[in-house]
Amino acid sequence: MSEVAKDVRSSSSSNPLLTAIVTVPSSIVLSALVVLFFLIAAIVPSVLSTHSAFDTDLLSSLTPPAADHWLGTDEIGRDLYSRIVWGTRGSLLIGLGAMAVALAGATVLGFTAALAPRWVAEPVNRILEILLAFPTLLLALLFVALLGPSATSLLISVGLGTTPGYARLIRAQTLKVKQSGYVEAARALGHSWQTVFIQHIAPNAFRPLVGLVALGIGQSVVWASGLSFLGLGVAPPSPEWGALLEAGKANITVAWWLEIFPGLAIVLVALSFTQIGQYIQDLAEGNTR
Amino acid sequence: MAVDSSIIEAVPISRAIAQRHPAANILRTVLFRIGSAIFVLWGAVTITFIVLTILPGDRATILLNITSGQTIARTLEELAPINAMYGFDQPILTQYIHYVGALLQGDLGTSFELQRSVANIIGEQIAPTFTLAASALLLAWIFAVPWTLFTAGRGRRIGAFGSATETIMAGLPQYWIGILLLIIFAIGLRWFPVIGGTSFMNTVLPTVTLAIPLAGFLGQSIRSEFDRTMREPFVLSARARGMSGAGVRARHVLRHALIPGITLSGWAIGHLLSGTVLVETVFARPGLGAILVNAVSNKDFALVSGCVILNSFLYVVINLVLDTIYLVVDPRLRGAA
Repeated sequence: MSEVAKDVRSSSSSNPLLTAIVTVPSSIVLSALVVLFFLIAAIVPSVLSTHSAFDTDLLSSLTPPAADHWLGTDEIGRDLYSRIVWGTRGSLLIGLGAMAVALAGATVLGFTAALAPRWVAEPVNRILEILLAFPTLLLALLFVALLGPSATSLLISVGLGTTPGYARLIRAQTLKVKQSGYVEAARALGHSWQTVFIQHIAPNAFRPLVGLVALGIGQSVVWASGLSFLGLGVAPPSPEWGALLEAGKANITVAWWLEIFPGLAIVLVALSFTQIGQYIQDLAEGNTR
Repeated sequence: MAVDSSIIEAVPISRAIAQRHPAANILRTVLFRIGSAIFVLWGAVTITFIVLTILPGDRATILLNITSGQTIARTLEELAPINAMYGFDQPILTQYIHYVGALLQGDLGTSFELQRSVANIIGEQIAPTFTLAASALLLAWIFAVPWTLFTAGRGRRIGAFGSATETIMAGLPQYWIGILLLIIFAIGLRWFPVIGGTSFMNTVLPTVTLAIPLAGFLGQSIRSEFDRTMREPFVLSARARGMSGAGVRARHVLRHALIPGITLSGWAIGHLLSGTVLVETVFARPGLGAILVNAVSNKDFALVSGCVILNSFLYVVINLVLDTIYLVVDPRLRGAA
């Protein structure tokens, strides 16, 4: 940390937001820039893409990365960079949707397991314990087998596959909050459980989850692309990143770029979201302490 | 749930014995752990059965379509013999009892697609997958322990570097590491074969692929315990007795730090077996992964559920064994059930 940052921290103790902004580590700034790039790519891909994602050009098929095609072309001459940019929306939406499914399921199950009367909470808790014996990928595969391969089933499968882990985290967090002094105080003051839940338990149990959500979106993108890569998610003509990876498998011995760069996009998104998520978690912990 | 009530009854008697015999205390804890392991297994089987039974689309139709390679609607006359043969026309409870009964005898059912025993198919394919998972776990430990030993508890900068490396390793998707290694070392440098197989040379790259993220996770958990243990008074006292810094780290601190790593290994084995699915696809390596992917895309539910049950069985058994080893190794745990 630089001297300037230290000075700002001490002088602006009255403004925690400013302190937070100035003392952000460089890795987080970098991660935020990566996320910003992919957010623009997801919302307005035409701003960032150099070619069409679907136009074929057989004369320049399988060209390595060069000035004209930054990341090379595929076997029918489509520009890989533009395909990755156009594929961002699908990949991120699946990740986001999966996280939303997981969070919705995990919130209901987690709160139930922590707050419901014993005869409800105990079975829910037991079921969560059983579901944790299934690895995430296997649970997701089970749902893909049921629903058939498509973007929607990918979203649901990855979401349901990651639900048990998040549910246990929410349960643990809720139990911690439930046993805290301020909840006891609020109960002692005569507030009903509903009031205590809305005013104290829910907000405090959710705060650490903000970081977890960022972390989870990155992981969901990794899982979903993995399933597409296995041929069990979005199918190849789509520029979704996992589908790009699957399509490139056939040419791996002659066109390394078709496998390296879509994978790099997945890695960049996953690492950036993880970094930001962990940073937010650390901040939240620091604030509650 | 007969399992649970028998445990509850057993507790007060054994507690009375335990006050005089510490060995009985261990036994009581082990029995409790076995009970909950059986419960988790029973639950996993039941959930798989429920998923199998409520699946959208008629099982007999799926079966007929897989075996004939068509996707068409079937008439009742066509479906009736299939339903009778597999017992799909019986009440759900009867089916469930048959299913669990067959499982207890090691019968995982018959594959919809291949029309062969699921247990046999898995038996043929499990060896390369198991070799891969076990060697990846071993290699991850070989990476993680020295790495932590050299970078943990050595000041903020080295520690931050070590933990950043672990975060990146743990965050890398297995399939992308595999692709990267395949392109560099098999296609580019030609050190390893490109075409998949199960020989030693074919196993090196898949093993490294699986070991890298796992070493990241292992390193993270060992490091935080290592840092915590370094601040314990007994470390200071060992140093005060004249023990060298390296000696304290290797003899005292590392021992404590390894415990969360061992716990993580139990979790990792379940996840490694499913992680092999992706890695086997990257390297076109024969094993359970290829079978499972094919079964999922063909809706061969008998084979899918067989793989799922096997995986949860291994997961539960390995964790049970680890828990028991802890009780023997770590005296602090003996009181708590």
